[in-house]
Parts: sequence; C-alpha cells; structure tokens
Amino acid sequence: MQQSESHRPHVSRLALFLTFSRISLSSFGGALFWSRRALVERQRWLSEREFVDLLALGQLLPGPNVLNLTVMVGYRFAGWTGAAVSVAGYLGWPCLVVIGMGVLYQHYGALPRVQQALAGMSIVAAGLLLATVIKLAIVLPRRWRPWLFGVLAFAGVGVMRWPLLWVLGALAPWAVFAAWKEQD
Amino acid sequence: MDDRLDLGGLFLHFLILWFVAVGGPSTILPDIHRYVVEVHHLLTSAQFAEIYTLAQVAPGPNVMYVTLMGWHLAGWKGAAATTIPLLVPATTLTLLVGHYNERYPNAPIGRAIRRGLTPITIGLMFASATILMRAVNHDWRGYFLTLLTVALVLRKPWNPLWLLGAGALAGMVGLV
Repeated sequence: MQQSESHRPHVSRLALFLTFSRISLSSFGGALFWSRRALVERQRWLSEREFVDLLALGQLLPGPNVLNLTVMVGYRFAGWTGAAVSVAGYLGWPCLVVIGMGVLYQHYGALPRVQQALAGMSIVAAGLLLATVIKLAIVLPRRWRPWLFGVLAFAGVGVMRWPLLWVLGALAPWAVFAAWKEQD
Repeated sequence: MDDRLDLGGLFLHFLILWFVAVGGPSTILPDIHRYVVEVHHLLTSAQFAEIYTLAQVAPGPNVMYVTLMGWHLAGWKGAAATTIPLLVPATTLTLLVGHYNERYPNAPIGRAIRRGLTPITIGLMFASATILMRAVNHDWRGYFLTLLTVALVLRKPWNPLWLLGAGALAGMVGLV
C-alpha cells in the first residue's frame, strides 16, 4: 500500500470541487456512470481497480454509494477539507436544482395537465426502479440462503410494513454470520 | 395534512434511517413512505410518488428526493431536516472505514458483511418498487406501462429520460 501512495496524482481542492460538481450536474438517472467516466477516464485520478474497490466499500457503508465514494476520494487526495469541498460540489448544485423544481411543483403541480404528465412519469419511474432491482437480483448466487434473506426483507418491510430498523436488526446479523461461516 | 409537522422528529427519523441505509436511498424508501404517508399523513401516497419522480428527472444523485420532500413539507428548514442527516454517516463511518480500509484492504469481515447484506438490500429495493407501483397505478393500463418499462430497460440500452418523457406524454394524452 505504501508504494501506491507515491503514484497518487496531485489534486487541488478546486479541481475536486469542479470535478464533483460536473459529475453531479451531468448525472441524469444515476451518478455511477458519470463518476466512473470522470474519475477513471477523464481525470485519471483512480485506476479502474481502485474505483471498483472504493465503490464496493461505498456500497457496503450506509448512505448513497456515490456520495460515500465522493467522501473517500476527496479525503484521499486532500484530507478533511478535500472531502468537504468534494461533497459540496456533489450535493450543493442538485440541492438547488431540486428545490427549484419544488417551487415549480408547488405552483403548477395541481394543474390537470401537469398532474397527468407527472402521473405518467411516475408510472415509468416505478418501472425503472423495478428493472434496476431485477438487474441486481440476476447476479445473486443461485443458492437458497441469499434468496431467503431477500424474500424475508421484502416481506417484512414491503408486505407487513414493519419498521426497517426491526427488520434489519433481526435479519442483518444472521445474514452476515451465515456469509462469514460460508467463507471458511 | 392532518398532523402538525415535527421537524425535530423528522430529523431524528432520517438520521437513524441513514445509519442503516446500506445499499443507498432506495432501501429506506419503504420506511420513509411509512413514516411520512402512513404514520404522520404529511403527504398522500400519490404526492410521495410524484416527488420521487421529479427528483429522478433532475440532474444529480437519486437521493435528492429526500431533499425535495423536506422542502415540500417545510421549506428550507424541511430540506435541511431531511438532507443533513444524510451527510452524517458519510462523514463519520465512511471516513473511518475508508481510513481503515487503506491500511487493511483485504479484511474478510468486509467481504462477509457485503455478501450477507446484498440480498437484503435487493429485497428492500423490491419493496420500494412495489410501494411506488401501488402508489401510482390505479388500473391495468398503469401496471401495463410499468411492466412495459421494465421490459424495455432490460432489453434496450436507452437513456431512461426518454422513457420518462414518453410516460409524461402518455399521461397527458390520457392513455394512463
């Protein structure tokens, strides 16, 4: 790990802020595609392998995976303040955009035409999420245990409508322990 | 809009949720729906789905639906109450684990946690999708459009924004 540090490019805080601003403002329909393109292909701050490793870690940690990746990349190149400016670039602009949309929604959201368009779009949005889940589920191993945990989580939260904390508190330790036992 | 909005309660609820939001913003959607729509009646289920959709159309990470929801409920204070909690685990846990990870990149506990939690995450995201479907669809035509979207996404590499645009058109001409 020591020698990889010497390979690290020098990255200024301004460059971090600008790059993460650009990633976030071009992210229509998910930030993953754009962050890989910017960090690996355009800026070459990370190798393909480093990107996948950081992303896997970001996925494992609570919160949006690309936000976690942003924090780790910012921290890696410029410490605490690097993490802070990266997050400001990544979340600041979309916050403003989305609040602008909120203003429009409150003014025009009740108009019949807007209502109809929103209803149609919402139906498609539900389909987009469902398709994402299916794509992810396809790569699950074909063994009964992972599927059992998936079905129990769905049933507890989606069907019984129990609070997420209870369901996770009951399932997560059990699932992690099972995966741990499988490794050795 | 039955209940008076308790901003402190909203903040705390989101804070706890973000600490267990393994797998990202879609895994906590069912619980946000439960809290905001079913328990506190701050929004209708259809409004909830509309806010989620608007945030999908905007540039930026999908998580912005929580900011938009907070803003819709209580302006800037509401947006802060739902967005700031999102930053807390990222700045504490992520920095801590990221730091540890750069020292010990192959720790097996990390792999076990990831493998154990992935199916749970997928089950929770499936719950999110079914909740949205039930919120937006009133008859077979809606479900048909949802399933058509799924089929298209799985088979064609199209940008989802075109599909959302087509959905808006379908809504405006009264197809769904």
